[in-house]
Amino acid sequence: MLGSGILKGLGVTAKNFVGSYHDPARMVTQQYPEEPAKLPQAYRNFPFLVTENATDPMGTLRCVACQICEKECPPQCIYIEKSKDKKPDANGKPQLYPAVFDIDTAVCMSCQICVEVCPFDAIKMDHVFEVAATNRFEGLLLDHAQLAKPNSYFHEIRSAEATEVDTTSPPNARPPRKRPGRRPPPKPPRQNPLRRPPRHDRFLRPRLLA
Amino acid sequence: MTVFSGPDSLPDLERAPLLLRDWIVDLFPSALQWFVHHLLSITAILTVFGLFFAFTTIAERKLLARLQNRLGPNRSGLPWFPSLRLWGLTQPFADGIKAFTKEDIVPAVADKALHFLAPVIVVAFSLLGFAVLPFGRHLLPVELDAAILYFFAAGSATELAIFMAGWGSRNKYSLLAAMRALAQLISYELPLILSVVPVVMVTGTLSTSAIVLDQGFWTFGVLPHWHVFTPWGFAGFLIFLVAALAESNRSPFDLPEAESEIIAGHLTEYSGFKYALFFMGEYFGLTALSGLGVTLFLGGWQAPCAFLGFIPSWFWFMGKLAGMIVFFIWIRGTLLRLRIDQLTRLAWKFMVPLALLNLGNAAFWVLTAGWTGPLALARWAISIAIILVPFFLLGRRLSAGFAPRTYRYAP
Repeated sequence: MLGSGILKGLGVTAKNFVGSYHDPARMVTQQYPEEPAKLPQAYRNFPFLVTENATDPMGTLRCVACQICEKECPPQCIYIEKSKDKKPDANGKPQLYPAVFDIDTAVCMSCQICVEVCPFDAIKMDHVFEVAATNRFEGLLLDHAQLAKPNSYFHEIRSAEATEVDTTSPPNARPPRKRPGRRPPPKPPRQNPLRRPPRHDRFLRPRLLA
Repeated sequence: MTVFSGPDSLPDLERAPLLLRDWIVDLFPSALQWFVHHLLSITAILTVFGLFFAFTTIAERKLLARLQNRLGPNRSGLPWFPSLRLWGLTQPFADGIKAFTKEDIVPAVADKALHFLAPVIVVAFSLLGFAVLPFGRHLLPVELDAAILYFFAAGSATELAIFMAGWGSRNKYSLLAAMRALAQLISYELPLILSVVPVVMVTGTLSTSAIVLDQGFWTFGVLPHWHVFTPWGFAGFLIFLVAALAESNRSPFDLPEAESEIIAGHLTEYSGFKYALFFMGEYFGLTALSGLGVTLFLGGWQAPCAFLGFIPSWFWFMGKLAGMIVFFIWIRGTLLRLRIDQLTRLAWKFMVPLALLNLGNAAFWVLTAGWTGPLALARWAISIAIILVPFFLLGRRLSAGFAPRTYRYAP
């Protein structure tokens, strides 16, 4: 019947109206400054460095200063200097560590490529979005003391990924991951040279007017 | 407001506005009293409906939010008392201050006079309609015999202002949008007036106060004899609602300011308080049309049940008016905007024929006023059929090929 759709629609919005008063699960907005914003786990802003131990962040950095992230970073916002000596990591194996690890968050574009290339799961994306500084040069340039955050914090903000990292790969003890995209390219499928080209090709060719 | 007739049997609340006015008028010398009398009427309308407009905007934003599972504006409180939020009810005043202090930009090539006059005229003409609405038993600003004629004559003048805005802005978006708006307003003027004519036919008067008095009866004291509870009145009321939505540029007929299609239509070159004036005019127009709808179909200031008559009549009028506004907001929160061709098709192919049939329906109702007993049932059945059968046939014919809609992916 003509108009029944309108009545149905009015019913839907009326349900929304009544429900918005007694069913908090319906609400799509948050009272932000008073209530902390609920972020999805995959939300990402700037990278941080994972440390094993909250009490000694500088001593238990997972980072071994391999500098892969520095080389892969598209806007080149990461600066790393290797240490001269070696320190034992979580498994007791002596490793290099970053003497300097700076990220210029004014330059960072939050692409997460550093996270994807890190073979040690040492750098992850953070959830902090309320960033403010009084100086746009030094204020936004974070050193490794500011970047280091414990693994427990990583569990807090993205538990799924942190659990996966903890269960599948003991830190600093697994071989570097295979990089995707290094496989030989797949062979092109064989084609019958007598077959007509596919339809979309024909439209690209210039045609004579009949 | 009409001269206070002064029977002392009136309840106090019913008399209160009149007593206040008479008290103020008596403060002035007798030579000035007629002037103060009318000035007070104008001031009362401006104050009451100015505030009504302000709180309609916040009610609209809050209601729309609730219809979409949001909270709506709830932050603005009082200056110097940041902890006191008052549920955001002071938002319209903050909006007003903001609109006042914004820069007023007039395009260099605009027609300055027309560009300035358009918002003024919109507000002025949409306010004129309030003069003939009976707000209560004794609250009628101007007693006119041809009140309905006057109402539509004043209301149509806003169309001129919209074209003035579009032409005066010297902007192609504005001009095209103004012409579209005119096409829409003229299309819907016809069903709007045709939906009102049955009321005039049945009651035999153009005076709004007489039409309200005509609805002041109850069956068994609880069933009101409002026009909306008759077949022709119900159909007329629905047509009136749709046409009123279109006349006041409300969703789903808000094409004139469809920002996704034509920027802001004829408002493109307006900023600051002139823009706010257009909005004010639009809301005044909507309120006046709703007030007319209440007067013609919903019994005006009459109470819904006879025993509720002790509540002052202006309370009933304002309550019904608020109900209409809430319904319009509900519609806005539900329906999508129409395309211009759908809009005009709906007007000319569906609403105008139905409104014309409804005219015949009202004529039938008047001619069969003497039918009683079983014939009264036949009268109702025939009257319902006159409007319902064409509704189904026209609806089926017009929606053939359009609905129900099926979706196919492009090959």
